[in-house]
Amino acid sequence: MANLNYTMFDAEKMSTAEYYGKTLCELAAKDSRVVGLSADLAKSTKIGALEKDFPERIFNFGIAEQNMFAAAAGMAEVGLIPFVSTFAVFASMRALDQFHTDACYQNMNVKVIATHAGLSFGQAGSTHHCTEDIGIMRTMANCRVIVPADGRETVNAVKAAYENDGPFYIRINRGYDMPVYPNSDYGFELGKAIQMTDGTDLTIIACGSCVIRAIAAAKQLEADGIRARVLNMHTIKPIDKEAIEKAVVETKRIITVEDHNIIGGLGSAVAETVTEFGKTCVMRKLGVPDTFSIIGLHEDLMAEYGYDANGIVKTAREIIGIQVIDEENWDDDDF
Amino acid sequence: MGLNKEEFLALENKARELRKLTVDTVMWAGGGHIGGALSAIDILTLLYYKYMNIDVSNPKWEDRDRFVLSKGHIGVGFAPVLADKGFFDKELLKTYNHTYSKLGMHLDKNKVVGLDASTGSLGHGLSIALGMALGGRLLGKNFKAYCLLGDGECNEGSVWEAAMAIAHFKATNVITIIDRNKCMIDGRTEDVMGLEPFADKWEAFGFEVRTVDGHDLYALTEVLDYAIKAQNKPVAIIADTLKGCGVADIQDDYRYHYASVSEDAAAKYKKQIDEYHDKRLKLQEKSNG
Repeated sequence: MANLNYTMFDAEKMSTAEYYGKTLCELAAKDSRVVGLSADLAKSTKIGALEKDFPERIFNFGIAEQNMFAAAAGMAEVGLIPFVSTFAVFASMRALDQFHTDACYQNMNVKVIATHAGLSFGQAGSTHHCTEDIGIMRTMANCRVIVPADGRETVNAVKAAYENDGPFYIRINRGYDMPVYPNSDYGFELGKAIQMTDGTDLTIIACGSCVIRAIAAAKQLEADGIRARVLNMHTIKPIDKEAIEKAVVETKRIITVEDHNIIGGLGSAVAETVTEFGKTCVMRKLGVPDTFSIIGLHEDLMAEYGYDANGIVKTAREIIGIQVIDEENWDDDDF
Repeated sequence: MGLNKEEFLALENKARELRKLTVDTVMWAGGGHIGGALSAIDILTLLYYKYMNIDVSNPKWEDRDRFVLSKGHIGVGFAPVLADKGFFDKELLKTYNHTYSKLGMHLDKNKVVGLDASTGSLGHGLSIALGMALGGRLLGKNFKAYCLLGDGECNEGSVWEAAMAIAHFKATNVITIIDRNKCMIDGRTEDVMGLEPFADKWEAFGFEVRTVDGHDLYALTEVLDYAIKAQNKPVAIIADTLKGCGVADIQDDYRYHYASVSEDAAAKYKKQIDEYHDKRLKLQEKSNG
């Protein structure tokens, strides 16, 4: 495995969190109700960008996430629009009772932008990885969940959270993400998957940092004559059922790819739709295979667990070979 | 602000009524957190009938004072206050805990008019009040965020996160009141998880502490007046109370944290409440000379 983090060479001018910080500043400039809350991670999460122009609107709660999340709900109650940022592992677990009861249950206008998600802080180990948050957050009633594919999509996600009342959980990575989109004007719509490539042999449904890898995999597969449809499922909740059902009907094979435990996240959300839809479909879930990850660079870890471009290609080749059995031809002896 | 005699008598009478209505509500609900509700009634009475700047006809008024019942399990004592204030029909109390009722053990602000926060998970309320207070300050509003905590609840680390932050942000617009009834579900606070020296803890976190008899309306008025005026340091009021205050059969007994009340028991409890309040009134008159 390489000892280099190649995204550093591919990085454009800004890390994903910097896109968030700049977007937040824009929103703050036009709306005095926008405030930022952090727990001693104002710099790391880039919420601290507010400090320069709006020093009275950034609140640092120290290393005390429970207090921060409940206070955010109190701020929302009196009419502010609090954006709360800390690492995903803390945002989703350290103060979950507060987010559940004070923000989600009361349907407060609290926006959580969680950074360092998935294995993006690879070297830090499992205390700072977060491969459970999608699963946790999508079970919170009232809460919408977005996993942007890059910095430009983060801009759109943050704006969508601002424009729609109620609690949001947006998960972004540490550091730089290779750009999927050249700019932010590509028709982002909350709850609507974006088709990145056209194909009818199989569908690769990805979110976050896995979208660009799914696109790379589709290119590799094209050389084999396999045409893969890639969907950027940026919104995990509400999930785009229509796009999934269309994929089942038109491609009959689905691979989900996420920087998250294969239990509970995007793959599970897609599987729920597929099973309820009731049409035959071969499905594989790629992601962290229900384990605490080894330490390493983000890209290396994705390769290790088989959800980088090569891993996706390998799984695609496997399921292309599986004969899809129509319901009427099912034979009980097969089981 | 102080308390004149006329006001005092009216509030005494209100506290008596609310205690009795709480007993009835526990009966209608098929059970409830009666002990901690009765210990808090005098505090709730003063807040809702003397101090809080609220408008019953406009419950969502932006400039209103906020109240966060951090010890959210005493809905059976708080819903009667909101009903009596006129936020909703008292008849609704008879549906308490019933399937489809707007009123359940832990009150939900999206269902209960006049409620500022849905609480029940302990250790959240002081932080919520802090958020309201910081928000109010930023928005240039003068409202106060009152918060009533249970003492057992102060085992939660999050209470101390909030305390640290209230002092740090000099959020003197948060009025912190602790119902120190010295009981929790499994026993007396000092046996389950010792809190003492309790006042010292609050002081160490940057508060000015006022310990007061939580069933003496004059004394409570004095400390509330003080806390509301305080500008330099936030004030924590430790209200020394009795769990189940007013009902001799259950008073100061941690086993009555939660109880059901039969019709006969309710009648008996209400008689005891009258006896308690008669006695308390006489003692007060005596001490006033």
